[in-house]
Amino acid sequence: MGMTGRERGGLRVALIGNPNVGKSTLFNALTGLRRHTGNWTGKTVDGAEGRVRAAHGRMTLVDLPGCYSLAPTSPEEEVTRGFLMSGAADCAVVVCDASCLERNLNLVLQTLHVTARTVVCVNLVDEAAKRGIAVDTKKLASILGVDVVATNAARKQGLAELVRAIRRAALREETAKGEAEAAPLWDEAERIAAAAVQRDGDARSARRLKLDRVLTGRFTGTLIMLALLALVFFLTMEGANYPSRLLSKLLSPVPGLVRRLLEKTPLKGAAAGALCDGGLATLVTVISVMLPPMAIFFPLFTLLEDLGLLPRIAFDLDRSFSRCGGCGKQALTACMGFGCNAAGVVGCRIIESPRERLIAILTNSLTPCNGRFPTLTALIAMFFTAGLGALGGAAGALILTAAILLSLGATFLASKLLSVTLLKGKPSSFVLELPPFRTPRVGQIIVRSLLDRTLFVLGRAAVAAFPAGVIIWLLANCGSEPPISACAAFLDPAGRAMGLDGAALAAFILGLPANELVMPLLLMIYRGAGTFAAGGELMHETLVLHGWTVKTALCMTLLMLFHSPCLTTLLTVRRETKSPAWTLAAFLLPSAIGAAACLAVNGAFAIFGR
Amino acid sequence: MAVTTLAELPPYGVCRVERILDCGIRDRLESLGMTRGAELVWLFAAPGGDPAAYSVRGTAVALRRSDAEKVLVTRSGAWE
Repeated sequence: MGMTGRERGGLRVALIGNPNVGKSTLFNALTGLRRHTGNWTGKTVDGAEGRVRAAHGRMTLVDLPGCYSLAPTSPEEEVTRGFLMSGAADCAVVVCDASCLERNLNLVLQTLHVTARTVVCVNLVDEAAKRGIAVDTKKLASILGVDVVATNAARKQGLAELVRAIRRAALREETAKGEAEAAPLWDEAERIAAAAVQRDGDARSARRLKLDRVLTGRFTGTLIMLALLALVFFLTMEGANYPSRLLSKLLSPVPGLVRRLLEKTPLKGAAAGALCDGGLATLVTVISVMLPPMAIFFPLFTLLEDLGLLPRIAFDLDRSFSRCGGCGKQALTACMGFGCNAAGVVGCRIIESPRERLIAILTNSLTPCNGRFPTLTALIAMFFTAGLGALGGAAGALILTAAILLSLGATFLASKLLSVTLLKGKPSSFVLELPPFRTPRVGQIIVRSLLDRTLFVLGRAAVAAFPAGVIIWLLANCGSEPPISACAAFLDPAGRAMGLDGAALAAFILGLPANELVMPLLLMIYRGAGTFAAGGELMHETLVLHGWTVKTALCMTLLMLFHSPCLTTLLTVRRETKSPAWTLAAFLLPSAIGAAACLAVNGAFAIFGR
Repeated sequence: MAVTTLAELPPYGVCRVERILDCGIRDRLESLGMTRGAELVWLFAAPGGDPAAYSVRGTAVALRRSDAEKVLVTRSGAWE
C-alpha cells in the first residue's frame, strides 16, 4: 500500500488532530489551497486532499475532520479512525495545540498505537508563548519516540522542518500493532505533559477570562453582541455607498455601448437586445449594487469569526435554543448562514442529535445570506432612512439589526413549531469547546475574503446573472403580449395580497438560482424593453414609478428575509438529508413564514394605514 | 470530601472528577479529558446561568446543567 502510494502521487499524509488546532491553516499553508478556516470547533466537516507545493517535493495531504479520540463515538472520529486503520496513509501527522498539550496527547498516544509512522506537530506555539506556556519538543520527542516539530502554521513557520520529519517518518519501519487503542490514555498524557510543558504564571489567561465574563454577562453579553452586529452593518452600509455609486457610474453605459457595437454586426435587433439590455444589464446591476456591500460585510464577519466570537454566541443562546427544542450549536450554523445558507446547512453536521440537526437545517435559510444583504441594505436606504441625512447610516444599521433579530425570532419560532409537530423530542445535550480568543490575521482575512469569497460571488453572478437576464429579456420582449407580463398578471392577485405585486413574485421565482438576482430581475421586469441603468437613484425611481411605498418596501424586506432557499441550498439540503420530503419542508417553511408575514403587514396597513 | 455533581459546583469552584454516570455523552466527555482525577474549574456562565463553562486540561468546555448533573465530582476548593 505504502509503496504504490509513493510511486504514484508521492507520499500520502493524513493530517489529524483535535478540532480547532489549526489543521486547516496548516493544510492551506502547505498546499497553497484555501480551505475556509475559523476559530471554532467543527469548522472542517469533510476531509479534503491537496498536493504539497513543488518546493516541498511530491506529497498529498489529506485534511481529516477534527476529533478528540480514535474511539468511534462520532462520525468524524469514525472517518479518521477508518482512514488510519485502512493503511491508506504513509504517515500520520497529529497536529496539537501547544496551549493545551495534555488534552491533545490522548489522541497522539492513541495514534501511536495504530502507526509508528507518526509525526507530532505542536502548532500555535506563538499563542502559547504569549500565555507563558513553552513546550520542550526535544524532550517530548524522546519520550514519544517520534519526531516532534514546533510550528506556527499561520505564519508559515516550521513547515520545512515538518516536511522533512514527514519524509523520515514515512520511511520508518512499522512497529505499532496497527490496532486502535480505544481506552483513553489520560494518565500517560498527564505524565508526559508534566515533563515536557513549562508554564510561567498564567497572568494573561485571567485577562482573557475577564473578556469572556463580559461577553457572556447577563446584560453585557447581549448588549455587546447586538452592538457589534449593528457596527458591522453600519460599516457595510456606509462603506458600500460610494463604491456602489462609482461602479454604477462607470458600468451603466457599458450595455448601451456594447449594443451600439453589436448593431453593426449580424447580431443586431433582438439578439443584441437580449445580450446587452438583458444579460449585460443584469450583470452590471449585480456587480454595482451587490458587490460592494458583500466585499465589506464578508471580511468584517470573518474577522469576528477568527476572533472566536461565534462559539460565545452559541454559548449565550443555547438556553433559548434548548427551550425551542433546538441546540445552541444551531446559533453557529445560523451564523454560517449569514455567509451562505448552503454552507450553513453543511455546517449542521456539527449537531450530533439527528432531530436537532434537521431543525437547524430546515431553519437555516431564515437567516439572510450574503446574497440577500445588499438588497436589504438598498431597500432600507431607499425607503426607510432616505431624508435622514447624516443619521441615515446609523438608522439603517439599527433597522438592519432589527431585521436580524426578527430573523432570529423566526428561527426560534420555527424551531419550536417543528419540535412540537414534525420533529418531536426532548433537547439532548450541549457540549462545546470554547476556543481561546485569537488575534485575527487582518491582512490575510481581507485578501482571503476579497479574493475567495468576492470573486466567487462575482463568478457565480456572471454564470447565473447573464443567462437569467437574457431569458427574462426574451420573456419580456417577445410578441405583443410577452410571457413575463402574463406571468406577472397571473401572480398579481397573490402579490397584491402580500403587499407587493405580481412582478415581485415573478422575480422571486425566477431568482431561485441565486438570491442576488431577485432585485435586478425585478427591475428588468418593470423596465421591460425600456432603457436600463443600474444606479441607486434610478433604481428608486423605477420602483416608485411602479407604485412602491414604504409598505411595499417593508413587505419586500420581509419576503427577502423569509422565502425559499436558493437552488444551491435546496440541493445541499437534499444531499444532507437524503430526503425529498425534508427538502420540500425546507422550501415550504420559510416561504410560508414570508407569505404570512407579508399578508399580516398588508392587512395591518389596510386596517390602520393610509 | 463528599461526592456531589458538577452542576452543584458554585461559581469559581474547583473540583476533581470521580466518575461520569452512564449517559449518552459519557464517551464524549471522557474524550474531552473529563476522566477520573481530572481537575475541573468553573469559569463563567451564559446570561441565564446555564450552560456554564469549565476548564478541563487547559481548555474551556461548555456544558448544560442537565449534562453537568451526570458528572460526579469532589469539591477541592475555590479559585480566585
